[in-house]
Amino acid sequence: MSHSLQSDYKAKTTTGRIAHYVDQRVGVSGIVKEFGRKIFPDHWSFMFGEVALYSLVILILSGTFLTFFFNPTMVSVTYDGSYVPMKGVDMSGAYASALDISFDVRGGLLMRQIHHWAALMFMMAMTVHMLRVFFTGAFRRPRELNWVVGATLMIVGILAGFTGYSLPDDVLSGNGLRIIDGIFKSIPLIGTYISLFFFGGEFPGSAIISRLYSLHIMVIPAILLLLVAIHMFMVVIHKHTQYPGPGRTENNVVGFPVGPVYAAKAGGFFFIVFGIIALLSATFTINALWNYGPYDPSPVQAGTQPDWYVGFGDGALRLWPGVWPFPWEFEFLGGTWVLSVLLPFALMAGSVIMAMVFWPWIERWVTKDNRVHNVLDRPRNAPFRTGVGVAGIIGYATLMIAASSDLIATHFHVSLNDVAYALRASFLVGPLIGFYITQRICLALQRKDRELVLHGIETGNVVQLPHGEFIEVHKPVDEYRRYALVDFESPAPLPAQPNKKGKVNPIEKIRAGLSKIWFEDRVVAVTPAELEAAHHDHHSDNAVEGSVSASLEK
Amino acid sequence: MKALSQKRRHPLAALVLLALALLLSGGLYAVATATNEAQAATSTSYSAEDIAEGQKLFVSNCATCHGTNAEGSVDGPSLIGVGAAAVDFQVGTGRMPMQMQGVQAQLKPGQFNDEQTMQLSAYVASLGAGPTIPEDEYLDVSKGDAANGAKVFLANCAMCHNAAGVGGALTRGKFAPTLMGVSEKHIYEAMETGPQNMPVFSDVNITPEEKRDVITYLKSQEVNTPVGGFALGSLGPVSEGLLIWTLGLVIVIAFTLWLTSRAA
Amino acid sequence: MGNHSDGVKAHTSAVVTSQEASQERFPDPGLPPHAPRLTDVDSKKAKGAERQVVLLFVISILGSLLFWVGYFGIEVSGNFYDVMNPEPNKMLRLQNLLMGLGVAFAMFGIGIGIVHWARSLMPDHEMVEERHAVTSEEDRAEAQEIMETIIEETGIKRRPLLRNTLIGSVILAPLTFVTLFRDLGPADPSVLKYTMWDEGVRLVRDPSGTPIKAADVTLGSAYHVLPETLSTLTHENGYLEEKAKSVVLLMRLDPSELNVSEGREDWNVDGIIAYSKVCTHVGCPIALYEQRTHHLLCPCHQSTFDAANECEVVFGPAGHALPQLPIRVDSEGYLVSQSDFHEPVGPGYWERAKHVKEMAGEA
Repeated sequence: MSHSLQSDYKAKTTTGRIAHYVDQRVGVSGIVKEFGRKIFPDHWSFMFGEVALYSLVILILSGTFLTFFFNPTMVSVTYDGSYVPMKGVDMSGAYASALDISFDVRGGLLMRQIHHWAALMFMMAMTVHMLRVFFTGAFRRPRELNWVVGATLMIVGILAGFTGYSLPDDVLSGNGLRIIDGIFKSIPLIGTYISLFFFGGEFPGSAIISRLYSLHIMVIPAILLLLVAIHMFMVVIHKHTQYPGPGRTENNVVGFPVGPVYAAKAGGFFFIVFGIIALLSATFTINALWNYGPYDPSPVQAGTQPDWYVGFGDGALRLWPGVWPFPWEFEFLGGTWVLSVLLPFALMAGSVIMAMVFWPWIERWVTKDNRVHNVLDRPRNAPFRTGVGVAGIIGYATLMIAASSDLIATHFHVSLNDVAYALRASFLVGPLIGFYITQRICLALQRKDRELVLHGIETGNVVQLPHGEFIEVHKPVDEYRRYALVDFESPAPLPAQPNKKGKVNPIEKIRAGLSKIWFEDRVVAVTPAELEAAHHDHHSDNAVEGSVSASLEK
Repeated sequence: MKALSQKRRHPLAALVLLALALLLSGGLYAVATATNEAQAATSTSYSAEDIAEGQKLFVSNCATCHGTNAEGSVDGPSLIGVGAAAVDFQVGTGRMPMQMQGVQAQLKPGQFNDEQTMQLSAYVASLGAGPTIPEDEYLDVSKGDAANGAKVFLANCAMCHNAAGVGGALTRGKFAPTLMGVSEKHIYEAMETGPQNMPVFSDVNITPEEKRDVITYLKSQEVNTPVGGFALGSLGPVSEGLLIWTLGLVIVIAFTLWLTSRAA
Repeated sequence: MGNHSDGVKAHTSAVVTSQEASQERFPDPGLPPHAPRLTDVDSKKAKGAERQVVLLFVISILGSLLFWVGYFGIEVSGNFYDVMNPEPNKMLRLQNLLMGLGVAFAMFGIGIGIVHWARSLMPDHEMVEERHAVTSEEDRAEAQEIMETIIEETGIKRRPLLRNTLIGSVILAPLTFVTLFRDLGPADPSVLKYTMWDEGVRLVRDPSGTPIKAADVTLGSAYHVLPETLSTLTHENGYLEEKAKSVVLLMRLDPSELNVSEGREDWNVDGIIAYSKVCTHVGCPIALYEQRTHHLLCPCHQSTFDAANECEVVFGPAGHALPQLPIRVDSEGYLVSQSDFHEPVGPGYWERAKHVKEMAGEA
């Protein structure tokens, strides 16, 4: 037998000996070589993905604890725990065990609160992370697929949250399920069957809690973990993006090595996120499910709302008018079309999600920019995208706020109906106004950057020149700062291009129109020539504006 | 059980039973008469003087809207037959007299003291039979059943007042107020009389005992500190979402800024 | 993989551009020179930072101890939310607070400690790593060749029948399992048509289950009502499902305020009306009754119905009026239903229009 595969290497240090032992058996030296000193750029806005990942870990840890005590059954029991207002009340085993976790399992209440706060944190961190990726253009080639994986994670996260929200089987979550039943029933042709299959018969049935439970603790977490693995694998393949700046190019990554600095920071950050969630759970009640009582189809309470990440769907349902200006529920083609439920979901909430998923391709279609981008855009340097992003936020936020229209009415002493009218208007025109204002603000900030590069920083020192004129001394920005301010592109509108047959088709015309709206007003980066000119002509403040108007292209 | 059935045949058993029966019936009678007396006491305890004083107060403070003889006008409903409970609630909580016409009378510091409120109640009660001010017995939470109260509350009240009794929105600017901090008597009277847009829950709909159970449930929420920490107004998922997007986000951003900044 | 160099090297290797280009674009100045931290130049500061990290780890240890103080040291017993004894609530809250703060300190101590260590004591030289194309041309060509060889060796292109039968079987086999989901529930939508209301069923209060005399329903009152027959069911044989369809709100309005359409003249009892409590939008119980405006409001999505006007939709997203339950008084003076609802209750669904027609035919 040949021993050529066995090495005679003898390590000198203890670390070396352990490493050698492991390496000889599983061959980890390749992994250490690959990742040990891999470079990660450092920026506060890059941390939200980690917050989401760590929240997911905390969710799995706390959720596992809860499964040991939770009883996912709808079989009726008589409560005899120590919560006085429910003593002797008939309720499902699920609700009874949720009460037991809260009152009779030591630390159970804390674990429930950790689990729920971690869920809200998970969804918030994913949302902020996604907004960061959007506003900096990090979704562009080669990362489009990872953007879709991330968007899918968001949607699966919503499912994870909703199935969990429904498990305690209290009046709040039961009415949530009843709304889901109504939404299923609005689906043409097959909706009634979907509802009957989902609930195992008529709502609420006796199967739904155990079905949601297996989805919540097995199927959905498995999908989440799989997607997270794919997401992170792609991050390793692509390497992280970085903000523009001196020394940072499309072909390198500038930052800190995984070992030791980045690993220490990222590892320490896990404990910090855990600490934040524990702090919230120690001091703030979340989902006081004992208030709601066991699910029963008769009662309901003021303030029946979903968790915030489902709010946009609930808000869409609230805003769509039912019978104005005509009944949105009618008979057609042998069936009942329940458009007042179907359209808010398919059109309002659905369009928000679809626009999100397909954005990388929409943007590429308009800009025809198919290059690889590893250096991010500062949001101000992509006024169109930042405007679109803010428009999306306003549309989404309007729906989310609509889900709390009743609380807005009571807390701001306004009429519930007026809140609804205002939010309907906000959903329609808010995004347009938001787009316009944001684009203007971005252009203004870009002009401010030009001003800084051309004329330096205002020092506040006013001096009198020999011939009597007063001027304020401007200190030029140093070359590193200057490079960060000028290293960006400012694409011009791309006119409609004829296709192979030499014709301009209508879709291409739409594209050209969008391109015009996005790029017509633009500010270009200062060039060395301009800077030189500005130095020769200190008095001309018009240098800034002048070069902008020169760059406007029709 | 076996021992008991043997003792039942004991010669003295009949005697014991007889004594028990007498005691029981006597006791029940005593209780019944006491209750009757108590009821009689409250309904007739208004003296003619109280009624007269009440009328004076009424004419100078309420008659503008409700009419000089409480017959009602376009600005205010007739008060004939609304009973002492309605007056005690509306005036006692400061809702009446209203500051201005609006969709709903607002809670504010009372304009009249307890005696004046009683005199007004006496006057309105004298106009026609209506719900009376509740017996103390039905306001005593130590006798109430919070579990039954929770059931009745969740079925009849929580849809407007929220499961934790902190209130909620109605249509066109109206709202169901919070029940935290409202006295037992006023909660009872509100159920009895259905002030503003609240439906009436008469004693045949929700019995006096059930009303006491509801009050017991509400007071159990009020006197007890929330077990999980600050309750965020007990408004449910909205205030929780707001907290994670404000305090939660700020804490996270603060840490990320510190973590990625260069040490001095 | 990984071509590491520190900032200084990157500076020297900055891209050199031609003279014309430098008039269009500023040259990359490379990474700024590294400025040392206080802990790099002052060993006292470094020692101080080390002590701070140690202190943070000690805080973490104290946090863990605090958790156990909360767990073992706080005696939580008795009944919670007892109106006569607020003590257990206070103790549970205290325990939750101490344990939660314990975990928070334990975690913050470790986390802040490690990060502080990394920030102040580990090297803070920024490093540069070159990027490489995700895949190289050669690899792609080689991979393509391998794939083609594999496909060639299977012979799948030359034997189309083999390929087609494989595709057919692979599509069909999973469908057998999909079929299994058919039995997740019954598949007859007509169950949605009927409720437990029927000729002569008494209206009883929810939750007490006592019948209601017409005389007891005074003007302005609202009763939450169930069919008396519901109590014959248990949770095992459909109690919640039937309750979910048969909940009713009973109100009394001044008969002069009621607008009654043709065919419904005898459905109310002297202004006492009964309507399904299930919202026609997505099914929440619409239990908010404003006795003066006669409006019914759904707390979930704010659909508003006008009880004086046969519960037509006056605001919000609901698509049709609430179904009315015809009622009358029985020989003992109790309210009973005349029949079932004349249309399905609850939200709209595909078969609803068909069911409405069928039910009109049956009535």
